[in-house]
Amino acid sequence: MSQNHPLSSLLRQSQNISGLEPAKATDSIVQSIYHTAQKIARETVQMPGSRIQNLDRRLDNIFLSRIWGYPVMLILLTMILWITIIGANYPSSWLASGLFWLEERLTQGLQFLDAAAWVHGFFIEGVYRSVAWVISVMLPPMAIFFPLFTLLEDAGYLPRVAFNLDYFFKKAGAHGKQALTMCMGFGCNAAAIVSCRIIDSPRERLIAALTNNFTPCNGRFPTLIAMATLFIGGSSLVLGTQLMATLTVAGFILLGIILTFVLSYFLSRTLLKGEPSSFILELPPYRSPRIGQVIIRSVMDRTLFVLARAIIVAAPAGAITWILANTYIDGTSLLSSFAAFLHPFASHMGLDGFILMAFILGLPANEIVLPILIMAYVSGGSMMELESLGDLRQLFVVEHGWTWLTGICFMLFTVCHWPCGTTLYTLQKEQKNAYWTFMAFLLPTCTGILLCVSVNYLVQFMHLL
Amino acid sequence: MPIINAVRVLSDKNFKSDCTKKPAVIALAGNPNTGKSTIFNALTGMRQHTGNWPGKTVLRTQGQYIYNGQKYVLVDLPGTYSLLPHSAEEEVARDFLCFSYPDVTVVVVDATCLERNLNLVLQIGEVTRQLILCLNLMDEARRKNLIIDSDLLSRRLGIPVVETAARNGEGLNQLRQTICDVVNHRITPVPTPITYPPDLEQAIAILEPQVRQIMGERLNPRWVALRLIAGDQSFIRSFFSSLPDAGEGVKL
Amino acid sequence: MHACMTLDRLLPGCFALVEEVQAQGITRRRLLDLGLVPGTIIQAIHRSPLGDPTAYQIRGAIIALRQEDTLQIRIIPFEGT
Ligand SMILES: Nc1nc2c(ncn2[C@@H]2O[C@H](COP(=O)(O)OP(=O)(O)OP(=O)(O)O)[C@@H](O)[C@H]2O)c(=O)[nH]1
Ligand SMILES: [Mg+2]
Repeated sequence: MSQNHPLSSLLRQSQNISGLEPAKATDSIVQSIYHTAQKIARETVQMPGSRIQNLDRRLDNIFLSRIWGYPVMLILLTMILWITIIGANYPSSWLASGLFWLEERLTQGLQFLDAAAWVHGFFIEGVYRSVAWVISVMLPPMAIFFPLFTLLEDAGYLPRVAFNLDYFFKKAGAHGKQALTMCMGFGCNAAAIVSCRIIDSPRERLIAALTNNFTPCNGRFPTLIAMATLFIGGSSLVLGTQLMATLTVAGFILLGIILTFVLSYFLSRTLLKGEPSSFILELPPYRSPRIGQVIIRSVMDRTLFVLARAIIVAAPAGAITWILANTYIDGTSLLSSFAAFLHPFASHMGLDGFILMAFILGLPANEIVLPILIMAYVSGGSMMELESLGDLRQLFVVEHGWTWLTGICFMLFTVCHWPCGTTLYTLQKEQKNAYWTFMAFLLPTCTGILLCVSVNYLVQFMHLL
Repeated sequence: MPIINAVRVLSDKNFKSDCTKKPAVIALAGNPNTGKSTIFNALTGMRQHTGNWPGKTVLRTQGQYIYNGQKYVLVDLPGTYSLLPHSAEEEVARDFLCFSYPDVTVVVVDATCLERNLNLVLQIGEVTRQLILCLNLMDEARRKNLIIDSDLLSRRLGIPVVETAARNGEGLNQLRQTICDVVNHRITPVPTPITYPPDLEQAIAILEPQVRQIMGERLNPRWVALRLIAGDQSFIRSFFSSLPDAGEGVKL
Repeated sequence: MHACMTLDRLLPGCFALVEEVQAQGITRRRLLDLGLVPGTIIQAIHRSPLGDPTAYQIRGAIIALRQEDTLQIRIIPFEGT
């Protein structure tokens, strides 16, 4: 229809009528508009010299500087993580004690009501516990990390990160704004996939979307923090160990960033060949954020977000895990047979069957991986009652034989494995192409398996353990 | 002459209105990072994400508010530098502004960077008459010692100008009132047309009547003529897909 | 009169007048939309830590551009600052 519309034929004729080449005409139009804008602005705005602008320049002299640019980025990242680790520690243990105390009361209540054993099992050991673990382990780090991150965002620092990192993105054949989508990825990979729209070239947008999963999101970096604290002991008050735990988490985040570059490079040389398109990024002026408001609002937002997810995802996941753990065929629970089935493969990766199973059952949302793992371990015949976060170490190390190698492989696989269900769904909706959704699944998964297997065998080969 | 809303693609069933009148649709347009989402949140009480970097909003969002007993549907758009879109999210903004015929378009501009923002204001002024300029970030402008003569600005542009500092809630009532005035035709903006070099003006003079013949006053014929002269294929494509009989169209 | 040069050679802190944008296609339109029309004053402000991209002040905004794009913008540098 559109071909025969009179407007289309008018478009074809317009060049003859006007005698102007379209490109020239466009230039001329843009130029006239800008000249008009300039004229009006000169008439209406007076700007006596400004000191504020100099302040912006001076800040940029630090944040964008050849010497300080990268160190400041690393220091800021480490500082945020450090505050998160210290700050999350206390609320985490308070929440844990509170929720376990409540669990006992609920158990007593059910006993008083003479409820059937499966009622207690399903609702308390399944649903309630998984929600309790999500809230006590996952919520505090998020509720502290996000306000800090939002302060940086509102101050105007994120585009500076993109500016500093663009060189690497160009070398990788990708777009500098990918750094912004990665920043969004810390919040939620699914949201980050949508934010990839800020990248104009479809090729570079796809690269950004496919590699976004290497940025540990919301549901994953609390897992990293929990692991680091567990193994290195960030929960003790000793500054040294806290710092070690912080550096470990920062190291894994950095690894994710490096992997993003490597895989972007790989993609733009293989599946998504092409030249980098032009890069235009506005660096907005620094604005002082309204600290109080930002903190209150993002703590609230995150808390509500996590609570909502806990109810929507963690509760059903807990229920399913409990059912799997309590459905017996030939004397073994489904959960155990599934774990046993996965074990040979998992042990090549330095993991065990339960861990790999937790990752698989965690497909709907990453924040339930650790809770599922804990529940699976506990239900697997463990006699111990978990009463505080400190007991986790006991559960993992003493009862299930974790070594530091297991911890490292677990963290590696946390950073690189398949994207969560929501992310895959969003990707499919954005790209409308099952092939790329599948690649988004395959790419980080293969990377993760490869890394875990190599690290595992390297450590064993060198007799480090 | 007024631009008639000949094609009303905004279907009515979406507005379960408790007011008697149909709600007016207000588009929030502007360069990236000028505070559109902040204004949107302030007026509707919703919680769109905001952040100090260009490109925070990539999807169209809508919300409503009531002022003086009248209902308004506010549409938050992704930021765009110009009406010639370069990326998917800019196209969202362009298509809505050009082909969804909002009752009023509020262009939110950064008062500290007026010249650059006026580029878009002037372009939108070629598409629609129902235009309000919102000089946001006035607190920043004052901090930078800028003095802006908004009366003169309003006269030069031919449209109402409202000064705001959305984050502090400053000037928002004035903005609501101005929107209300334009919707109810108490204020009639008359955007000053841009003068082009003689060769362009001549071509416009020839094409404009032909465009008017084909599509009436649905879109500003002068602007359509300019698009044709510029050989803007993406405009033509978007125009056809916005027609009601093209199936999908731009729906609200 | 000064010799023409390309924008990538403008040192941070220095001003210039845009003479011509040589880029074609979509890049050209993007650059024009930023206000890089002939006669615009532009100032180089900052190089990124590894030398590319560079931030420029264009019509009151600070915009980062890669060397590939600035190579295609011809400018006339100002004397002094
Ligand atoms: N000082 C000050 N800051 C403001 C004002 N309005 C908005 N901001 C801040 O400016 C930044 C950008 O605001 P947004 O509302 O996200 O801007 P936007 O126009 O929606 O941006 P895009 O979605 O990227 O196009 C945020 O950090 C706001 O907090 C204001 O009036 N004064
Ligand atoms: Mg916005």
